[in-house]
Amino acid sequence: MLSKAPYQTRYQLQKMLIYGGAVIVSVWVLAPIVLIVLAALAVPKDLYDIHKVIPTSFTLEHIYKLLFVLGAWQALINSIIVALMTIGLSFLLGLPAGYALSRFIFPGRDALKLLILTTRMFPVMILAIPLTVLYIRLGLSDTLIGVALAHTSMVLPFVILITSSIFASVPVEYEEAAMIFGLSHARAFLKITLPLALPGLAAAAIFTFIMSWNEVFVAAILTFTSRTLPAHILTTALASPDYFKFAAGLIMTIPAMIFVFVARRYLVTMWGITLK
Amino acid sequence: MSQPPLRVRIQRFLPYFLFAPALSYIMALVGFPLIQAVQLAFTDPKTGSFSWINFETLFNDPYFWDAIKNTFLLAAIVIPIQVFLAVVIALLINTRFKGHNVLLYIVALPLTISDVAAGLIWYSILAPRGFLNKFLVNMHIISRPIYFFGYAFKHMELIAIVLTEIWRATAIVFVIIFAGLQMISKDYIEAAEVFGATFRQKLRYIILPLLKPSLQAALIIRTLFALQVFAVVWILAGRDIPVLAGEAYYWQTEVRNYHVASAYAIIIALISIIISFIYITTLKPHYAERR
Amino acid sequence: MVDVILDHVTKTFGKVVAVDDVSLRVKHGEFMVLLGPSGCGKTTTLRIIAGLEKPTKGRIFFDDEEVTYLPPRARNVSMVFQSYAVWPHMTVFENIAFPLKIKKYSEEEIKRRVKWAAELLKIRELLDRYPHQLSGGQRQRVAVARAIVVEPKVLLMDEPLSNLDAVLRVRMRSELKRLQRRIKVTTIYVTHDQVEAMTMGDRIAVMNQGRIMQVGEPKEVYYRPANTFVAGFIGSPQMNFIDVTVEPIENGVKLNAGSFNITLPREYSNLLDKYSGKTIILGIRPEHIYIEHYVPANVKTVPLKGKVDFIEPLGSDTIVHVDVGNILIVVKVPGEVKLRIGDNISIHFNEDAIRLFDKNTGKAIV
Repeated sequence: MLSKAPYQTRYQLQKMLIYGGAVIVSVWVLAPIVLIVLAALAVPKDLYDIHKVIPTSFTLEHIYKLLFVLGAWQALINSIIVALMTIGLSFLLGLPAGYALSRFIFPGRDALKLLILTTRMFPVMILAIPLTVLYIRLGLSDTLIGVALAHTSMVLPFVILITSSIFASVPVEYEEAAMIFGLSHARAFLKITLPLALPGLAAAAIFTFIMSWNEVFVAAILTFTSRTLPAHILTTALASPDYFKFAAGLIMTIPAMIFVFVARRYLVTMWGITLK
Repeated sequence: MSQPPLRVRIQRFLPYFLFAPALSYIMALVGFPLIQAVQLAFTDPKTGSFSWINFETLFNDPYFWDAIKNTFLLAAIVIPIQVFLAVVIALLINTRFKGHNVLLYIVALPLTISDVAAGLIWYSILAPRGFLNKFLVNMHIISRPIYFFGYAFKHMELIAIVLTEIWRATAIVFVIIFAGLQMISKDYIEAAEVFGATFRQKLRYIILPLLKPSLQAALIIRTLFALQVFAVVWILAGRDIPVLAGEAYYWQTEVRNYHVASAYAIIIALISIIISFIYITTLKPHYAERR
Repeated sequence: MVDVILDHVTKTFGKVVAVDDVSLRVKHGEFMVLLGPSGCGKTTTLRIIAGLEKPTKGRIFFDDEEVTYLPPRARNVSMVFQSYAVWPHMTVFENIAFPLKIKKYSEEEIKRRVKWAAELLKIRELLDRYPHQLSGGQRQRVAVARAIVVEPKVLLMDEPLSNLDAVLRVRMRSELKRLQRRIKVTTIYVTHDQVEAMTMGDRIAVMNQGRIMQVGEPKEVYYRPANTFVAGFIGSPQMNFIDVTVEPIENGVKLNAGSFNITLPREYSNLLDKYSGKTIILGIRPEHIYIEHYVPANVKTVPLKGKVDFIEPLGSDTIVHVDVGNILIVVKVPGEVKLRIGDNISIHFNEDAIRLFDKNTGKAIV
């Protein structure tokens, strides 16, 4: 009779390894986030006290100052405005294109797909630096709409490809059934396909928001006074004392975490598909 | 045969109509800047005529050569580590242990954190009075803080940047690799098990070969991003560690020389294209998966 | 080749009991078929034997060696997956050679064995191709070649023919059976197709809802089904089931179907003694009912009168639905028939082929 011991202990060892690995990875990812929260909220005295590893007294003072004295609040609003404009414009342009890509097989389809992908391969610098000159001529320099336009061109390929796969996942039969029962193609799209695609589109919108929210290079060179949050932090926080740096880190991280929590189910599949 | 009605003939062009706005927008906002960039880079700012002067400035600037070196150095250090970690974590989550969903969300979290925030977060950890130093001092492992920042500590700054980049961007590689791993049919792996393969053999003969397309995609994307590394370096090291994107930013916003900045942009673009080309030609999978 | 013994094997997935206290002994060299509808637990049982699942309770033995907790690679089994699982990034040769490579056979030995297996499966010319260049049927042969190349202790097959078209399926049935005879390996074959089971199996284990309903040779399972499930699952068209009340009479037993009666001789009286007055199920296969001019000689029959309700010509046979006192009885007649709907007709039950089942348990009354 074979004792199950050697293989049993093997399984136990494997299990320990797996859970151990999971814990290590989780700590590695989460600890810095926890730490920035602590650092941003800590009283400077505790921060500078070499013997206090974990601060014990907390204050919202620096966050407050950063937002309302150093202009981060305005920058935050600007970021939101830019992100919303980006979503609006990129979806307006990208949704139809994504739909076309998913439903129709037309000559040039693969070429178009390739073209979209290659535009995304260009580094952001070569797209943004000339824009500054262009914007001066057009009067768009230092405007939020200018940043939004630039962001839209950056996220448009993503929007097209992701909405294409979202629409592809809604069976074309539903539309066809609606059209057989009397609706025009456009109305079938609006009444049948769009509602079914809404969850996916909502998640795509959230990701577009995050991409625009986090973008720093383009925003930094296209604006001087009406800056988005990352651009603003890049210049002001660097010159500030540590506690402002930490507060800045916190206010940049929190909104993103909220979005992630809201859209967590679509998170990985979305990124996986599109980045491919 | 009579012509179908106008409405039907227009239908044939429907996809093109749907595509036109997006396409023209992209062409405009990618095409014009590209042309403009070339124009700026090859124009003498003083005379306005064709000239190599911007590139001469570039090549004569020691910062440029440092930037090239550093950009490649960072990429060469960070990317292999990230690919390795991504594969390990993907395999880990793929065992579907209890709670693997939670780990998945946690690992994907850094995707939403901007590079500015990541830089600030790690600054808070590695600062002289940051958590790492405080921890080590209080554990009596060291007696004085380790300095990660400051011109005199350039090597440490590099380490700080490497740590931050690994923390921030492994998720990008992971997500692609994980998606690819999911696509490997469970049957392929079970068949290998039945026919005698150990875990190492499964990995070597079945999983990694079938993961090749994802690895290729992940490498290309990660490398292209790595060539554009900017905010993390700028926050943690400023110009102590020049990188190509950082120099472009410097010339653009502080020197206000758009021409040299454009020259930098073109250099980055060229390198990106060459590297993409190299990747695509060398990592081509030789089979097509079809059922 | 070994005996495969399942000893009170149970497998639950959360609340679902996929395999329910299954005990079975597959003799060495035997071709055992696990037959049943989808969800009956046959594939799970196979995977437990392979080691891809661990049983919740019970043990598995190969001869005297307990393998319950051994991982698949330590068991020396081979498996043909329903999807074939032929690795797309390897050539046919490399696919078949894989088990040998893992076991560290020498290069010449590998070449020799792969050629032998490829020869047996008639895919010798395909050795250099990649799976995406092959048809489904060819890929299936690659999967089988790979499974036999290393001479396993047990060969497991999970519905290997279900993805093939009908013509190919019939051909592969006999090829697989002949192959198994030739290489003499204990084979366990899972299918939901009862024709496959009847033509290929040395023995059939009929499963339903995680339990084994009956194990026996095809003949036994066909002529002496242990319960109504087996009786209804095997045979096409399905066996006729008629509710009858038992009324003992002089010299025999009367089975009252309501609108008609069937009288059985004295031999049945003892059998049905305790069912007197109760309702039981009478089962008779369509092929064991004869219409007027087609009654074979020397067969005891029970006659009934009815009306033709529906006719289905199949070419080789004809299915006639006969209304006997408002009870529809299905009759299978060889060849064509000159009947029309509404014709009066007399049919004859083959008395020896009548099966009786307990109405509550479904078990056969023997």
